[in-house]
Amino acid sequence: MSYQSMEEAQERCEREGIEFWKAVQLEDADERGVTEEDSWKEMKRMWQAMLDGLDAYEPDRMSRSGLVGKEGGLMDAYRQAGDTLCGDFMAKVMANALKMGCNNACMKRIVAAPTAGACGVMPAVLVTYYREYEVPEEKMIEAMYVAAGVGQIIANRAYLAGASGGCQAEIGSGSGMAAAAICHVKGGSTEQLGHACAMALKNLMGLVCDPVGGLVEVPCVKRNVGGAVNALAAADMALAGIISQIPVDQVIDAMKEVGDKMDVSLRETGIGGVAGSPKGMEVMERLNM
Amino acid sequence: MGNIFDILGPVMVGPSSSHTAGAARIGLISRQLFGRQPKKATVYLHGSFAATGKGHGTDRALIAGLLGMKPDDMRIPDSFEIAKEEGMDFTIESKDIKGAHPNTAQITMEAEGVKPMKIQAYSIGGGRIRVCKLDGIDVNFSGESNTLIIRNVDEPGRIMDVAAALSLAEINIATMQVFRDKRGGFAVMVVETDQIVPKYAIDALEARKGIIQVKFLNVNGAIE
Repeated sequence: MSYQSMEEAQERCEREGIEFWKAVQLEDADERGVTEEDSWKEMKRMWQAMLDGLDAYEPDRMSRSGLVGKEGGLMDAYRQAGDTLCGDFMAKVMANALKMGCNNACMKRIVAAPTAGACGVMPAVLVTYYREYEVPEEKMIEAMYVAAGVGQIIANRAYLAGASGGCQAEIGSGSGMAAAAICHVKGGSTEQLGHACAMALKNLMGLVCDPVGGLVEVPCVKRNVGGAVNALAAADMALAGIISQIPVDQVIDAMKEVGDKMDVSLRETGIGGVAGSPKGMEVMERLNM
Repeated sequence: MGNIFDILGPVMVGPSSSHTAGAARIGLISRQLFGRQPKKATVYLHGSFAATGKGHGTDRALIAGLLGMKPDDMRIPDSFEIAKEEGMDFTIESKDIKGAHPNTAQITMEAEGVKPMKIQAYSIGGGRIRVCKLDGIDVNFSGESNTLIIRNVDEPGRIMDVAAALSLAEINIATMQVFRDKRGGFAVMVVETDQIVPKYAIDALEARKGIIQVKFLNVNGAIE
């Protein structure tokens, strides 16, 4: 039985004197009836797929609809010119988020994290940091467990699908997972990674799922950038000692309440939000959908 | 809810776990149930699969699955061309299937020398699926566990035959479901097992009176 709350997981960590990632790994080994070593191997496979996925990006490839594909390359070129507002590291994060989002739209290989539409957030945060600061790979795989554990708690208390709870459940959850994960990499405590997750989720609460033409392209690809940048900001706040006044479990519950109240036109139906804008409708007509 | 690799994962070809990865899996499970690559496949897409399927590559993913590709196979976008090369004919059309899940596909597979097989399945998100009809009979299985599918005559003793054959091979039954079209008609048993069912047990079962056909879906993807 996986953790139903961050509180429950934190209690186990305190009781057994283990880190959060270890609590998640032990639970996985128990749940699937595998050894800790096998569990680690599988997580390493997911990590490797994220690294490979980013490297497979082709700036000239466009999605079948022609709406997205080159954004990662444009961001790379802009960063290399050396005059960005957000600085070099953040520009790399943004480029990587775009690359994975474009890869997904162009039918290339990605890791759903937690969903295909939000597949850019985690690699943008974790892989960029890993390559920039040459962290030991083990630390990154621990961080993957942190993200998976947080994601599972969100899945248990709320949801991870745009059709169920809007984009807050996809990019929002991905951002919360990435915030907790990078907080762990930077040496944050179990409490701090909970705060990082809570702050990331709160910042994206209410985000609707409004894909133009129902495709995972507009605005999905760029929302991965929003999720990644937000995750890093939330983690930095937590590491600075800033706390979420609302505990993470209660933030997740609030996210569910907001999602339940969200109109169906704003939950992956391609009807409301930017999908329903005149331009969105025009694109849909053009695609003959 | 599944395990942590349903949260981080699957590794898949985009853009959608339900419309692309799930569709590929429906194709793959169908092929495994048919036991071979079809010579001809007739595919109908319903609901959201029909409405946004093209943009999500649902059509290409389904054909890729029928060609034996897994959801992370980089060749999925080129499946139509590969089907042509391998001589698999296919048609894909939209169809309104009453009462069906929004992400439903119906596939009829044909090959020389064997009876055609008709499958209806739907995608539930995260790349996971359910098979809900097999040759017109309602069923319900995911293909995530080892699954034995037995088609038999609806008459006394057939369930005992299956239980006995599995017991003899020291196979533990995890779940078992029985379905039939009508009293005394055709029936389907769907048995999920903890172990791999050996070929000799399948052959022995298939040789029994009243058992029409036995298929085994190995969780590791191999066809028995």
